[in-house]
Amino acid sequence: MKFELPKLPYDLNQLEPVITAKTFEFHYGKHHQAYVNNLNNLVPGTKFENATLETIIKESDGGIFNNAAQIWNHTFYFMSFAPNAGGEPKGKLAELITRDFGSFAEFKDKFAKAATTLFGSGWAWLVINKEGKLEITQESNAGCPLKHGLKPLLTIDVWEHAYYIDYQNRRPDYIAAFWNIVDWKVIEERL
Amino acid sequence: MNKIKKITALIIFGFLGLQYTFIAQAQESQKDNTKIQTNNNSKNKTTMNKAIKFEFQALPYSYDALEPYIDKLTVEIHYSKHYKAYYNNFLIAIKDTEMESMNIKEIFRNISKYPMAARNNSGGYFNHTFYWESMKAKGGGLPTGKLSKAIIKTFNSFDEFKKQFSDAGKTRFGSGWAWLSLDDKGNLFVCSTPNQDNPLMDIAEKKGNPLLTMDVWEHAYYLKYQNKRADYIDAFWNVVNWDEVAKRYENALKSLSTK
Ligand SMILES: [Fe+2]
Ligand SMILES: [Fe+2]
Repeated sequence: MKFELPKLPYDLNQLEPVITAKTFEFHYGKHHQAYVNNLNNLVPGTKFENATLETIIKESDGGIFNNAAQIWNHTFYFMSFAPNAGGEPKGKLAELITRDFGSFAEFKDKFAKAATTLFGSGWAWLVINKEGKLEITQESNAGCPLKHGLKPLLTIDVWEHAYYIDYQNRRPDYIAAFWNIVDWKVIEERL
Repeated sequence: MNKIKKITALIIFGFLGLQYTFIAQAQESQKDNTKIQTNNNSKNKTTMNKAIKFEFQALPYSYDALEPYIDKLTVEIHYSKHYKAYYNNFLIAIKDTEMESMNIKEIFRNISKYPMAARNNSGGYFNHTFYWESMKAKGGGLPTGKLSKAIIKTFNSFDEFKKQFSDAGKTRFGSGWAWLSLDDKGNLFVCSTPNQDNPLMDIAEKKGNPLLTMDVWEHAYYLKYQNKRADYIDAFWNVVNWDEVAKRYENALKSLSTK
């Protein structure tokens, strides 16, 4: 099975000014594509030849894990966005956020803090843990919550390549802007 | 041979609402050339005698000096924002701890005892200082003398060394550094470290005295090279300050022989 770069449900300039077309050109067109190409080169002749991405993430390590997890993480990240999105979650997801964080504002603070303080390259996540509670986690490099049996709902890429063209060293500005493109309908469907 | 380096620098900076004044003055560059001694004009006189003051190193060239290999904007942001933030956070991380009275190599030798903020920011401070001084305008070319002989003896050829060092940078997944170092038996070796770790730290896989480093965090090259880290690495060889690397090699050898 050949892995493929997913099609995105928006044009690459539609999330401006939060994320520019130029960032997409590299982040999606080059980095994401490179992870896909690398994995397609790495799996032939291994036990992962016909495995799904999820299986590879759970069972592999080293280069195969890094590329598989980065494909999955980036797809999950890019699929969280829509033009004119943002605002607040509704329904079940809103209830869970209030139950487990006190309020949406507190959740946002905690998630932003996790994203700001992740040192080096990596990701911040909103997940459902094994007890069914919402939790915020950090992962370095290609780390992925699926590996630990957690159910991911939302992620932010804080590798410098995700924001350097648009924000340079100002990671907190990128994180603050990120909330304006999160499509909460998509996130709620992931519950 | 390292001579007496005279630096008189007055740096006034403010953070957390406090004003510190550091006067770095005549200092002898010794075996441990990362140890910086300065007078301290801050209000807190009680720790004055104990405290070693760490310097925000002046960039040894202008922001555009490494063009076209490393562009002006990258050097400017890297130096004035990233390096500065590590420096400030390093001072915060060591404040009111025993690290304040240690030199940086002592801190690294004991880094596993200290919080992650100390590890990340001491490394971020030292590694960048070391990186700025590893480069110069119109650098590149080939190392000479003893260093050149040692490189050829260890790696068979300069090209093979370049390849190993470049590969260390290319294959470092995520953020980190590539290094050429001297181990405690006097052998050269190439390695890479994640994030802001370095070969002087007690947690390093392979420990040694660093001679040359290359930053492969994306911020070091993204504005000019984006995803093409390999192109940045190829370009890096044109700005290496081999005189500085040779000097470090001599000093590292000397510190071995006095052990
Ligand atoms: Fe990314
Ligand atoms: Fe850097």
